[in-house]
Amino acid sequence: MQLLVDIGQKVPTLVVMRADDDAHTSSPDPVLRLRGVGKEFFGTSVLREIDLTLYPGQVHALVGENGAGKSTLMKIIAGVHRPDTGTIELDGPAVTFPTPLDAQRAGVATVFQEFNLLPDRSVAENVYLGREPRRRGLVDRRRLHADTTRLLDDLGLAGIASWTRVGSLSVAQQQVVEIVKAVSYDARIISMDEPTAALADQEVALLYELVRRLRDRGVAILYVSHRLQEIYDLADTITVLKDGNHVLTAPAAEVGPDRLVRTMVGRDFAGFFPDKPADAVPGEVRLALAGAGNTMVDDIDLEVRAGEIVALAGLQGSGRTEIAHGVFGIAPFTRGRMTVDGQPAQVRTPRQGVRHHLALVTEDRKSEGLALGQSVLANARLVLDAVLPRASDRRSRRIAGVLSSLEVAPSTVAAAQDTEVQYLSGGNQQKVVLAKWLVTEPRVIVLDEPTRGIDVGAKRAVYDLMRTLTADGTAVLLISSELPEVVAMADRILVVRDGRIAGELPGGSDEAAIMALATGAA
Amino acid sequence: MTLTADTSPGTARGTARRWRERLLSGGSWTVLALLVVVLAVIVVINPSFAEPVSLMAFAKKAAPLVVLAVGQYFVIVSGEFDLSVGSLVGAQVVIAARLIDGEEALTWPVLGLMLAFGLLVGLVNGLVTTLLRVPSFIATLGMMLVLFGAIRLWTGGAPTGALSEGFRVLGRKGFPDVPGQFQVPYALLVALVVVGLAVLVMRRPFGRSLVAAGDNDVAATYSGASVWWLRTRAFLLSSFLATVAAVLIGGYAGVTAQVGQGLEFMAITAVVLGGVALGGGRGTVVAAMVGALALEALFTLFNQLALPSTIRPAVQGVIIIVAVAYAARRRRT
Repeated sequence: MQLLVDIGQKVPTLVVMRADDDAHTSSPDPVLRLRGVGKEFFGTSVLREIDLTLYPGQVHALVGENGAGKSTLMKIIAGVHRPDTGTIELDGPAVTFPTPLDAQRAGVATVFQEFNLLPDRSVAENVYLGREPRRRGLVDRRRLHADTTRLLDDLGLAGIASWTRVGSLSVAQQQVVEIVKAVSYDARIISMDEPTAALADQEVALLYELVRRLRDRGVAILYVSHRLQEIYDLADTITVLKDGNHVLTAPAAEVGPDRLVRTMVGRDFAGFFPDKPADAVPGEVRLALAGAGNTMVDDIDLEVRAGEIVALAGLQGSGRTEIAHGVFGIAPFTRGRMTVDGQPAQVRTPRQGVRHHLALVTEDRKSEGLALGQSVLANARLVLDAVLPRASDRRSRRIAGVLSSLEVAPSTVAAAQDTEVQYLSGGNQQKVVLAKWLVTEPRVIVLDEPTRGIDVGAKRAVYDLMRTLTADGTAVLLISSELPEVVAMADRILVVRDGRIAGELPGGSDEAAIMALATGAA
Repeated sequence: MTLTADTSPGTARGTARRWRERLLSGGSWTVLALLVVVLAVIVVINPSFAEPVSLMAFAKKAAPLVVLAVGQYFVIVSGEFDLSVGSLVGAQVVIAARLIDGEEALTWPVLGLMLAFGLLVGLVNGLVTTLLRVPSFIATLGMMLVLFGAIRLWTGGAPTGALSEGFRVLGRKGFPDVPGQFQVPYALLVALVVVGLAVLVMRRPFGRSLVAAGDNDVAATYSGASVWWLRTRAFLLSSFLATVAAVLIGGYAGVTAQVGQGLEFMAITAVVLGGVALGGGRGTVVAAMVGALALEALFTLFNQLALPSTIRPAVQGVIIIVAVAYAARRRRT
């Protein structure tokens, strides 16, 4: 038990190597410096003792797994969050940014993943939104467009016209407009959160060009990305975060991809996961996809056998969830074949999915899994009520049995009837979601991030449940961003990248090998 | 009822606190308290109101609104509105009067036709809302205008014909049917049967799925529910119950050009007063019924106070805003 409590607070065993100032003797004075920055949310520490130094004219890559704290750190720099500990120094003296606007005025711009553009307005109107040049109280359109055109020309973006409607631009061009907007504030520091996440490969060149141009103009760039290729193409320095800790800062040239990946994932989780039963042999094929695809994913071949746990690993947005949605009929496959227990299965809606004895525990339990204002019991019988109403009446005792075997917090049936799910903890809510599927006795269960945002005790309960399910012959398809979970629980690991299956690895594989496949470094 | 961790059952103080929370919770207990208070005030002003005959007269008058409120409840709890019920009641009464035209033998065939027409209206409301994705506020507002206009067009502005005696029994008569004696109005029995059946329906998988769909339609869909069909059935129930209400109202009040007008807002006010959340997912049939009774009692009180009946819409407007604001305040905390 002691071990469980330690998870997440474990200090990585890797040697912490920090680039000292004299490693950058060729550089001028730092423009932005973070010292010992830490942040807590609701008593959970998400960042601890982060040091980060940005120099003008340099690209600094910030990397780490999902949940490592990159976004939080970016938001602290952007003035969205205020650090609980540590200081931010801008050109020497310590500063605070009470609001994002203060950061922007100080020359610190941030380009977030979600675009903040008005699609029906022109490029110029978007760039100068809220601070349009005025003449006699009215917007001076001529100057607005002249200023924007000058800015675009300066950045070598003559291909984008200032009057173009933003909605008619390509995604890459829209991303560029976001950056131009940042530059228009005379930003000396620009941080970018996965600027290429939404871009196709051929569009990335436009962004590269812009980043290099900004760097040459002396802007300090903080570049968050999952794609290793990009990091080595652009970055001068790399900082790695892991579980909220600062584990490495080094010149990009000195850290090879292997070591980088290893640094990102390395940790010690031994003993936390229930062991695989030694004598288990997977049974018949329960779920099979052959060449399945739709607009989001393609060429998906996979098999999950009775008693087997197959994991879909990959980065966020790689298409893992989309595969689950295809299987379950939320966004049905339009190509390829799917069979359940050897029978061809047409699953066009979740209702048909349930009828084929499939179950999907969705990624976001609050918005997709639960009716929060209803009781624990009502939620536990949600699927039966909706699809198998007769069984719902018959299986009352079974429903109660499942709830008690999962040790859901309101422990009596009466309490389960009276307690609205919204008042439960995340872990208990997740158990209610699991219960609503278990009472249908599924043959294939898809678990999308089943342990996200729940405490260690509930995590362990989910892992134990997975072992119980497979012992009973259920096929489990596990989607998870937590690599230790994937490695320890899965019999086989399929790595998804860009909507396709990039490769397969056996259970217990090296986390670094998974990351390499997921990022395309391999 | 919501979960309250700090109430200690058994002790007098715990009991008192639990009751206070219940009464202020904005749910069915609050509106029940309101109903009791309003009825008590009426009795103080006019002690004869407490006599069985007066109470039965009150029940007879309130029964159609209870039936409409139950219909509206199904739609609101599933996350939608039905603004067409007032016009539908008007249309049904006018259709009945014109087609029956005092002919006793036509009573049953015309009732059958009204049933079919009511269900058709409900089906259109439901399918336009769910399949064409027109917000129900607009879909049923359109239906309200279409019915209103079509009836005007058909009758040339003034309804003609007459209802048969047989048609008017449910709305007008009672049991035992001896003049001058105490009787239980049939309308009350109809309302009680409707409420009883609705309570049972809401305890069935259908009812639970309907509330779940109103609470979170994505979760309901991902749990395998056909949300479009659940909601369409709610509209069918609403239109069916509006038809039942039309039979009661036609029997009680006869045929006029104004019959049914404003009933949709009375029904919505009643449901909201009962603490049923707009947007769906919260509230009970019994609360909707008590809301209808409380609203009707309030209007009776205004009569006793000799306030002009023209004040009703203003009062109703204030009630609906206050009730929703009260519910919103409760949800924030």
